[in-house]
Amino acid sequence: MHPVRKQRLYLVLFIALFSSIAVGLVVYALRGNINLFYPPAEVAAGKAPTGQPIRVGGMVLEDSLQRAPDSLAIRFKLTDYEAAVDVVYVGILPDLFAEGQGAVASGVLNEEGVLEATEILAKHDENYMPPEVTHALENSAYDEKGNAK
Amino acid sequence: MWPIFHKFGSPPWLYAIAGAILRWLLPITLLALVTGMVWGLLFTPSENVQGNSYRIIYIHVPAAVVALAGYYVMALAGAVSLIWRMKMADVAMKAAAPVGAALTFVALFTGAIWGKPTWGTWWVWDARITSMLILLFLYLGVVALYEAFDNKEAAGKACAVLSLVGMVNIPIIYKSVDWWYSLHQGASIKFTGETSIHPSMLYPLLLMIAAFYALFTCALLLNMRAELLQREQRTQWVQKLLSKDVVN
Amino acid sequence: MYFDSLHAALDMGGHGFYVWTAYSVTIVMIALVVIAPVLRRRRFLRQLAGQLKRAQVATAENTRGER
Repeated sequence: MHPVRKQRLYLVLFIALFSSIAVGLVVYALRGNINLFYPPAEVAAGKAPTGQPIRVGGMVLEDSLQRAPDSLAIRFKLTDYEAAVDVVYVGILPDLFAEGQGAVASGVLNEEGVLEATEILAKHDENYMPPEVTHALENSAYDEKGNAK
Repeated sequence: MWPIFHKFGSPPWLYAIAGAILRWLLPITLLALVTGMVWGLLFTPSENVQGNSYRIIYIHVPAAVVALAGYYVMALAGAVSLIWRMKMADVAMKAAAPVGAALTFVALFTGAIWGKPTWGTWWVWDARITSMLILLFLYLGVVALYEAFDNKEAAGKACAVLSLVGMVNIPIIYKSVDWWYSLHQGASIKFTGETSIHPSMLYPLLLMIAAFYALFTCALLLNMRAELLQREQRTQWVQKLLSKDVVN
Repeated sequence: MYFDSLHAALDMGGHGFYVWTAYSVTIVMIALVVIAPVLRRRRFLRQLAGQLKRAQVATAENTRGER
């Protein structure tokens, strides 16, 4: 290769390498802040601050959802199967919010460790199935990977 | 290998070959896009959890995938033009930027619309979504930077450096949902491991991804032809092309 | 077809507005991405052809003038 071109090639590699390192360091420094939410285990371990707005994300624990009979107030538990966080919320829920589904609640953690949420977002997974297939799988003795249940 | 490489450096050859490719690729692309959209909208089953709103996947995922791949095309063209001072690589880099910006915009816009009925919000400052917004600014930055220079050679160099620096963002976008806790779900089509999307939904999605790749190629070639003509307007081959056009 | 009627396809179980808006905007953007460079190239060809014609007329007049 021509020496001038070789020099330019090194320049290009230098740009790519050093911008990667710079961005890598920024991302590393901000690693906590880039996370959209705390998992319940970190909240239980006391890593999440109380008294300031945070987000907690996880699965809505089965049979934990309680609705107030006369208002839109609800109470449920968010879990990552290691720990669970109680969440209270008043308002309209997204359509996809359901027990056993993912959700992200934003609000303030009070002294009792209960998240007083001001917004609930539903989180869904990367599985896409037609309803008939899902129902068939539920009734079948095998799961979608063909293993016996 | 090298003769082909040198041919790519020849504007009239590139102009002619791009025209020849477009003559059959453009109709096929449009046909594939229409087929994929109709298939996805009307002939696939609804989704168990999301209902019919999931049909946005057939434009959202292909636009996002090709917006990321298109950035590599732009940055690679930028590197070639920096190292070998190849004019046609500079043309390709400049041509890729607006197409990539349009695709990134489509991915962000359809994602926002999809987010409302599923997540319950149009927008959230999530790692995946924010890094995708940075991608849009990088593409638009290349377009704007090119226009900002009077000296086009300097413009090409500056844009090449910008697109190379911005390349770090691509793996970040790709891995953001694995590295951080994010509202955005992970990839459904995996290169390793099980694909978690039912075949009846996967095939139209694959068709749409192929169609968007073809669309990117078509738009890139169309932009390159327009750019070539403008840059080479005083050369003999353009004059010859014109006299042929004027006579006909 | 998955839907029973045109109305059902437009409504999409209540998600029609979202789905059809997303597709409409995408189609507009695809059209823009394809048509913009075609128009740009055509404009140039016309412009250059005009220049060429004027140049030809000018040379023709010059040669007449020299006689």
